[in-house]
Amino acid sequence: MGRNPLDSANKTAVILGAASTVARSIAMEFARGGYALVLADCDHEETARIAADVALRFDVACHAVPFDATAYCTHRPFLEECRRILGVEPQGVVLCFGYMPEQREAQEDFAKAQRAIDTNLTGAISVLELFASAFEARRGGFIVGLSSVAGDRGRKANYIYGAAKAGLTCFLSGLRNRLHTAGVHVLTVKPGFMDTKMTYGMPLPGPLVASPGQAARAIVRALRKGKDEVYVRFFWRYIMLIIRNIPEWQFKKMNI
Amino acid sequence: MVEPFVAKSLTGWGRIAPRVCHVYRPEKPRLIENILRDLSQPHFIARGLGRSYGDTAVNEGGGVIDFARLNRMMRFDPATGVLECEAGVTLAEIIETFLPRGFFLPVTPGTKFVTVGGAIANDVHGKNHHRDGTFGQFVLDFGLYTPEGHLLLCSPEDNPDLFWATVGGIGLTGVILTARIRLQPVRSAYIVADYHKSRDLDDALATFEASDARYQYSVAWVDCLARGAMLGRCILMRGNHADPAQLPGSLAAKPFDVRPRRDKRVPVDCPAFLLNPLNVRVFNNLFYGMHRSVEGQIIDYDRYFYPLDQIHDWNRLYGRRGFVQYQATLPTESAKGLVALLERLSTERRGSFLGVLKRFGDAGPGLLSHPMKGYTLTLDIPNRTGLVPFLRELDRILLDHGGRLYLAKDAVAAPETVAVMYPDLDRFREIKGRVDPENRLSSSMARRLGIVGV
Ligand SMILES: Cc1cc2nc3c(=O)[nH]c(=O)nc-3n(C[C@H](O)[C@H](O)[C@H](O)COP(=O)(O)OP(=O)(O)OC[C@H]3O[C@@H](n4cnc5c(N)ncnc54)[C@H](O)[C@@H]3O)c2cc1C
Ligand SMILES: NC(=O)c1ccc[n+]([C@@H]2O[C@H](COP(=O)([O-])OP(=O)(O)OC[C@H]3O[C@@H](n4cnc5c(N)ncnc54)[C@H](OP(=O)(O)O)[C@@H]3O)[C@@H](O)[C@H]2O)c1
Repeated sequence: MGRNPLDSANKTAVILGAASTVARSIAMEFARGGYALVLADCDHEETARIAADVALRFDVACHAVPFDATAYCTHRPFLEECRRILGVEPQGVVLCFGYMPEQREAQEDFAKAQRAIDTNLTGAISVLELFASAFEARRGGFIVGLSSVAGDRGRKANYIYGAAKAGLTCFLSGLRNRLHTAGVHVLTVKPGFMDTKMTYGMPLPGPLVASPGQAARAIVRALRKGKDEVYVRFFWRYIMLIIRNIPEWQFKKMNI
Repeated sequence: MVEPFVAKSLTGWGRIAPRVCHVYRPEKPRLIENILRDLSQPHFIARGLGRSYGDTAVNEGGGVIDFARLNRMMRFDPATGVLECEAGVTLAEIIETFLPRGFFLPVTPGTKFVTVGGAIANDVHGKNHHRDGTFGQFVLDFGLYTPEGHLLLCSPEDNPDLFWATVGGIGLTGVILTARIRLQPVRSAYIVADYHKSRDLDDALATFEASDARYQYSVAWVDCLARGAMLGRCILMRGNHADPAQLPGSLAAKPFDVRPRRDKRVPVDCPAFLLNPLNVRVFNNLFYGMHRSVEGQIIDYDRYFYPLDQIHDWNRLYGRRGFVQYQATLPTESAKGLVALLERLSTERRGSFLGVLKRFGDAGPGLLSHPMKGYTLTLDIPNRTGLVPFLRELDRILLDHGGRLYLAKDAVAAPETVAVMYPDLDRFREIKGRVDPENRLSSSMARRLGIVGV
């Protein structure tokens, strides 16, 4: 816990993976607070629609910029483009992109496993390092990364995606440690289940599922409070505490 | 690509007759094409917020395309009031966004929790029908996905046949993706309302005729249980958008500020005995007794247009078996049919909170649009034993007087009844047959009413 990273006169942010269901809700939360936004996603047509909607509803500047997390060499010019459009160094960045292959398919088809790592982990490292250095040099800003409870412990149902998210969680934790003295805030978000296009059609336990709006509000609230890590919804902290503490000899026999 | 779906039991707002449907919830418009091409579903129907009372947005054993996440607003021109948005945008969202900027819906039903797509597909009407017509009359154009996978722009000029078949066409001619609608400029978020207590039905009808021209909005609450000399006693509620100059000082300075209300929720299904005729009668007496004839009341748009929206899930008040809403419209010349309907209702004592009575203006060009010049009576009827035969009796009265039912409300009517009530049905079928020869769009209602063959 610390001071409010949103307490700055520079009200600008970049949202990566902006066509994600939660990203749209997060963008709305920021726009409600008067932020000028860059929304970036590989599905540009969709992002443009979301940006127009956010701009119209909240009467803020909201721009769509094409962005592919796995086109690593484009990330530097992308950051330049964000600066140009916003007219300032963005105050913060929220990473929402993610790719979750079907576990069985990822086991059998390495291309899918690779895409999971390339997107969730490598893509995140590539783009966030650039923002991190810029924010570090400026001595301020915030970075939010959407990881997952799947990264808290590897389970047979989802360990390839989980491995990528575990890597992301570890990366964000290191980044936080490094940027702390520069006054740059890093928030790791660990959603459990959210009702998004990623999970639609899967049999999810209703009461445990967060709506995108609920998730977005929880994330922005955690950011405002200067938290380092937040589970969405909050009770996943306790569920994961239990799951992490099951001894490995026991865990390996379980079906969860 | 095969899109994911969830098998779910769906009903209309009246909650009778749950049916298992395969619900798709696309978040990108182009996915609708994949969905419509998925031949593993026998047919599809689009669904908005499910505020229709019966089975228009239910599709037993087939696909349902839920528009909850296709709700982006793309463009707004403050010079003309024209908004372009996706069909899943709700009227509540439009008000929230544009009322503070001085624009209101051109037509609104009694709930703001409906989508633009649903408002077009039922060609909904509001308290201003006598003056302004239906929602469809404020639609400049829409993008329609035909079941054969063509995206067609339809307007009164381009593809006019398809346009007027789709306006009021209960989702059977295509999936509306986006629409351009014209909002009306207003100068405040308030209504100046005049209330008039009428002694009986004749008094109410005479008052409507005499004063409707002076009010943009007019509607009456009818005590459906009053009998004899008091049969059809009403409280007429008529109003116009308020000018800031009409508002008291504190409001005049901020004419678009409305004190938010505390919404309530009905947490469980109520036991049916709460709605027994005695309780309803006591309630109606209280209601009628409470209101006096007063003029110039200042009331905010939310309380004026959407009194029921304050209580979320109020449909649960009718218990697990649900209810139907019966909306009957009679042409002006046979308004006396209202007496027959009200007499039948008050003797049968099937209860209903209040009924709503409204004078309609001229019919519009929508082939299956409901409103026609005359009077419309709407009331809720709980689902108890003997419901269907009772409704058939009401239908009979309606047919005898040249009246018609509203498909947005209907759950049980017989096909032959509806065929008589909607003389343009054959023309509608012909247009549907052209754009959807395989009947890929169908619904539980369409099959029940024989609009689409099974
Ligand atoms: C409290 C209350 C008060 C009401 N008052 C009024 C009133 O005053 N006047 C009035 O006219 N109605 C009134 N209604 C009825 C309501 O306005 C209509 O039923 C409306 O159509 C519901 O919209 P929806 O978004 O919930 O659509 P749904 O009920 O989900 O669907 C309605 C129809 O629209 C079709 N549809 C939905 N989206 C699309 C799309 N994208 N493309 C093609 N077809 C589509 C569906 O297939 C279905 O046939 C009221 C309802 C309630 C609950
Ligand atoms: N939903 C859950 O239950 C859940 C649980 C835990 C964690 N999360 C995480 O939360 C985040 C948000 O996910 P969501 O639930 O909102 O799912 P989502 O809607 O599927 O969002 C993921 C987004 O990332 C985009 N994306 C994928 N690869 C990309 C790339 N190479 N470059 C740029 N964008 C790319 C996707 O674009 P396309 O639209 O083109 O596919 C999609 O819009 C993800 O990181 C996810 O892993 C979700």
